[in-house]
This record gives sequence, C-alpha cells and structure tokens, in this order.
Amino acid sequence: MSKTLFDKIWDKHVVQEIENGPQVVYIDRHFIHEVTSPQAFAGLKRRGIGVFRPEQTVATADHNVPTMNQHLPIKDQLSRHQVETLVKNCDEFGVELYGLGHPYQGIVHVIGPELGITQPGMTIVCGDSHTSTHGAFGNIAFGIGTSEVEQVFATQCILQKKPKTMKIQVDGKLKNGVLSKDIVLYIISQITTGGGTGYFIEFCGSAIESLSMEARMTICNMSIEMGARGGMIAPDEITFSYLKDRKFAPKGEEWDKKLAYWKTLKTDPEAKFDKEYHFKAEDIEPMITYGTNPGMGIGITQSIPGGNGEASAGLKKSLEYMDLQGGTQLLGKKIDYVFIGSCTNSRIEDLRLVANLVKGRKKAEHVNAMIIPGSRQVEDQAKAEGIDKILAEAGFELRQPGCSACLGMNEDKVPRGKYCVSTSNRNFEGRQGPGARTMLASPLTAAAAALNGYITDVREMIED
Amino acid sequence: MDKFDTLISTCVPIPFQDIDTDQIIPARFLKATTREGFGENLFCDWRYDDKGNANADFVLNKDTYSGKVLVAGKNFGCGSSREHAAWAIYDYGFKVVVSSFFADIFKNNALNNGLLPVQVSDEFSEKLFDAIDADPNTEVKVDLDTQTVTLVGSDISEEFEINPYKKHCLKNGFDDIDFLLSNLDKVKAYESDSIMK
Ligand code: SF4
Repeated sequence: MSKTLFDKIWDKHVVQEIENGPQVVYIDRHFIHEVTSPQAFAGLKRRGIGVFRPEQTVATADHNVPTMNQHLPIKDQLSRHQVETLVKNCDEFGVELYGLGHPYQGIVHVIGPELGITQPGMTIVCGDSHTSTHGAFGNIAFGIGTSEVEQVFATQCILQKKPKTMKIQVDGKLKNGVLSKDIVLYIISQITTGGGTGYFIEFCGSAIESLSMEARMTICNMSIEMGARGGMIAPDEITFSYLKDRKFAPKGEEWDKKLAYWKTLKTDPEAKFDKEYHFKAEDIEPMITYGTNPGMGIGITQSIPGGNGEASAGLKKSLEYMDLQGGTQLLGKKIDYVFIGSCTNSRIEDLRLVANLVKGRKKAEHVNAMIIPGSRQVEDQAKAEGIDKILAEAGFELRQPGCSACLGMNEDKVPRGKYCVSTSNRNFEGRQGPGARTMLASPLTAAAAALNGYITDVREMIED
Repeated sequence: MDKFDTLISTCVPIPFQDIDTDQIIPARFLKATTREGFGENLFCDWRYDDKGNANADFVLNKDTYSGKVLVAGKNFGCGSSREHAAWAIYDYGFKVVVSSFFADIFKNNALNNGLLPVQVSDEFSEKLFDAIDADPNTEVKVDLDTQTVTLVGSDISEEFEINPYKKHCLKNGFDDIDFLLSNLDKVKAYESDSIMK
C-alpha cells in the first residue's frame, strides 16, 4: 500500500497498540532543557526509578540563561536554581549535558541538528513545542508536556494518538529578498493558527526543495504555529551533505548503511494525505505581522485588515494591544527594538544574511538591535568569519547563545509599549515581556528595520 | 492523579478566542522546579495591572462568577507546550475547561493532570456563554461516564468525545506512566529490532 513519509516513520516506531486507545510510540532521541524537565525528574524520584535510556537523552540550558557574561553566576535566583537543578539532575541520572560554558551549549533546536544528533527517520521529542524544527531532516519530531517528558524518561516511549497527515506544497521560485521565514508566515496567514490542528504536515514542492537545511528548519519550526503537531521535509542530497561528518552523525560503514535507509524515506507517489494545500512561491513577498498571533501577517506592502470598521472583536483587541490602526500600512512605522535570534532564525546562515545587508551601513540611532546566536558553535563560527566585527561596526550587539528575548523569561525583554521587529516565532501578548509589541519577520526584514529605524521593504535595499 | 466522575458546578466565562498558554501562565513564572502554586499567577497579565493591582474588569476578580468549570472561546491553549498552563488552571481550582476547540498539546497535558477538556460545538458554546451571561449562577453538569455536558435545569445538552483509554485513566486516577512501566518488556523487544539504534 502507498504510504506517506510520515506513516512510514510512524508505523516503524509503534511498539504496541492499546485497544480503543493511543499507541505506544518508541522515541529515538529525547532533548531536554531546564524549564520543562525538573518536575519530570522529580516524578522519577517519587517513583524510585531512573532514566531508562540515558544515552538517547541530551540536555542543554537555553530558556533561562543570560546572554551576557555567561561565565558569571546567573543573577536571578530562581533562574539560577532552575539551571543548577538541571545540572544536578543530569549528573544524578546520567544524562549528557551541554550546559552553560560548554562548547556545544545553545538553543536545544539549534544544537541537535548542528551536532548531527538529529537524523532522518527518527522519532524525536522535547518538552518544547518548537521541537518540530528537527522535522526538516525528514523525521517525526514534536513537542511534549512535562508528564510526557517523564514517560520518555521512564520508558523511552510515549502514548500518542496518530495524527492526520497534511501536505503543503509550495512550487516556483522565490522572489529576491524573500526568505523561508516569509514562506511560513505567508502559509500561516493563509491557513490560520488553527488550520493545522490535529495534523502532521509534510512540506514539499520545488520552492521547499531548493532551500538550505537552515531555511527548511525555519519552516518546520513554525509548523506548530499553524496548530500542527509537527512538520517534516523529505531528506535529500542537501540533507545528507549537511549531516556528513557532523559530530554525532554516523561514520564509515554505519554512514553507508544509514544513508541507504534514509534514501528510502519518501512519500510514495500514490499516497493520500488527509488534507492538501498548494501555494505559489511567486505570490509571496516579505512578510510582517501586525497582530498578536502568528497568523496575523501581511505582505510588507499590504495594509492591516479591519479598515472601514470591519474588524472582528479579536482583531480589535489585537490592534488595541499593538496600538495599530486597521486599514493602514506598516511601511514607515517607527520601531524601537530589533531581535534577531531564537530557534527560528539564529543559525549561521541567518547571521551571514544579516551581516551581508548591514555591512558598511549603520543602524538607526534610536533602535536597540540584539543579535543572539543560536549556539556556541554559531557564535564561534560568526567570529571566525568576522561577522561579529561587521555587526559591531553597524551598531548591532552580538551576544551569547540562548532563547533570549524570544520569551520574556530571562533577563532579555522588550519594555512595555515598545515595538520590536523579531525573527522569533511568537507575537503573543506579553511574549517578549509584559506589554511588549512584537512584529514577526525574516532576518532580512528585521535587519532592514534596524538600519532605517522603521518598517522597510528590504527589497529596496538589495540588488536584484 | 485525582479521579474524575461527575461534576456539577457554576462556571467562569472567558469568551476570548485563541487564548494561548502565554496568557494562561506567562513565561516569567516558569522558573519553578515543582508543580504547585501556579494557580496564583493564572492569567496573570489579564488579572493584574503592571503594578500588581487586581484588574477589576477581569472575570477572576469579579465576585459575580465562580466555580470549577472554565468556559473559554475557541482554540483554547494554543501556543507553547508548557504543561504549567494545565497545572495553573488545575491549581486555581478548575476541574473542567469547556471550549469549542482545544489545541492538541494542551488537551493532552490537561488529561495527564486530571483536568478534563470538554470540546463542544460552536452552537453549544454560544448557548452556554449566553446562559452564563443572563444568569451567573447557571450550573453545568459534566458526566464523564455518559460523556455529556448539560446546562442544569434545561434540555440543552451535548455529548463530548474522549478517548476510551484516557477516560479509563481519568475515572480511576491512573496515569500513562503506570501503564507504560508495566509494558517495558515489549519496549526492549522492539529495541533489539530497530534500525535507528
Ligand atoms: S528560542 Fe523561543 S521558541 Fe525557541 S525554544 Fe527558545 S523560547 Fe522556545
């Protein structure tokens, strides 16, 4: 029978079916971090059991860490306690930890792929919704809650109902200045934040296939913002050459064996999806959000909906929070902060794009521009390429790796009422700090806004 | 986990759509290492102003409404996967959340913590909001056995879905880990065959 890629991988991982219930699904890799693991470790202690397969578990500290002076003790007492609890738990339960100061430390969804831990065909979970990022390598990766983290600790399995499958195909050639972030913001604006609920998405089509691994990760990262369980992209030569020789990628004969298997990981031509969408790359321009969920996005030259008094209650509430007017354009809107970072857009490719644009230019004086590398390895690479200097000359601050101002949890926050163009994935009320006003965009659009001090169509700043 | 059987209670309405987990419990409260105490900060940014004073307009600060059933607009619990959202709602004292649509991860998290998500039709949701609006003492009855939710004293009633396995767990106060631990042999047998090892 013809099968989708999702079905192939899923079916291979079902250990047991519960009659009238969920399935027991085996998990190949489990990532953990300081915020959603302590209560799960505490649960193991209460039951008097250990981590069943510690060698398939990897930990890092990312959500709650400062992005300056990481060599000093964390100032906030609660944050410090949480990070120290992770260190203690990993030590006690035998879990590998790439903690603060470790050369592999970074945002959990950045380090898994760059270390080659994330591979095609796997099942991967983490107590974080953006685990969907790893799906860019052609695996099933999804976020779980803390009770489920405890399940995986205890048994390397999780109870899940099989989701439905959705295909999102994007064909054609992207216009200049349009990045994969724009593709995904565009898709969410079309199918809404609930459009993918209950589904697992496979992204395909010529526009997707032409993307680098970094760009593919940005798309899969935000599949959760459509409500989907996760998103995936079939592995191909781009995937394999990214993985080859990475630290934990298979080597030698093992590589050949795995590679042969990975090459079989494709949706059969006759396979049926429960739902399909088709989009054209040519229809997409640089995107930006105006509201308080990631589906409230528009092309940069378009007007905010809800002009002529036709705003729904939800839209009104959002626009009130954002202090924006329906029917107006965002182009030219003055902004205060620019945040380039998060597991959506903090990889070396993102930093290179930004450096290219800002080279020889200066940021607007009133803008506070933060660039947070996704990992220590990204930071080191940026320095090796001289990107740190280019950024510094343009007035951007390259800080140390972590989730930073993606979520208002650590020291980095956007103040109340300030506008921030952000490359992260969520613009919810208060996400970047109480009262902060977030506009999601690509790294190029964010960098352009930092240079001009207002929302800018980046296409005017680059050559065709 | 606590057992759930039948509940009759008044309701607390929050008629907004797309309530995300950042609203339910903002990230800055996720620094704890235990499960308890999150109820205090449930809906914190709506409940309190920036000086920490109670916001008189917000429903949790009004005497008019109380009860163990939270009634919310469509697409409840979207956004971050933080289980803290379910803990906060439960810790505050709610046992049931009624909405015409739940985000996937939230639903799972709720069920894993004895909090029952009751998904109803848009029409039912609307009737329920109207009834609570007209009379804050309106009670609903949630019966897990028959999987029905009823507006007490009316014939407005609807069935809701719940996975039979989850229903069994909730009725008996078991959790998934108890079940999985009793099946470790099967997991080991699976592992010896897996290509991914
Ligand atoms: S960068 Fe943001 S979205 Fe990504 S894992 Fe960290 S907090 Fe979550």
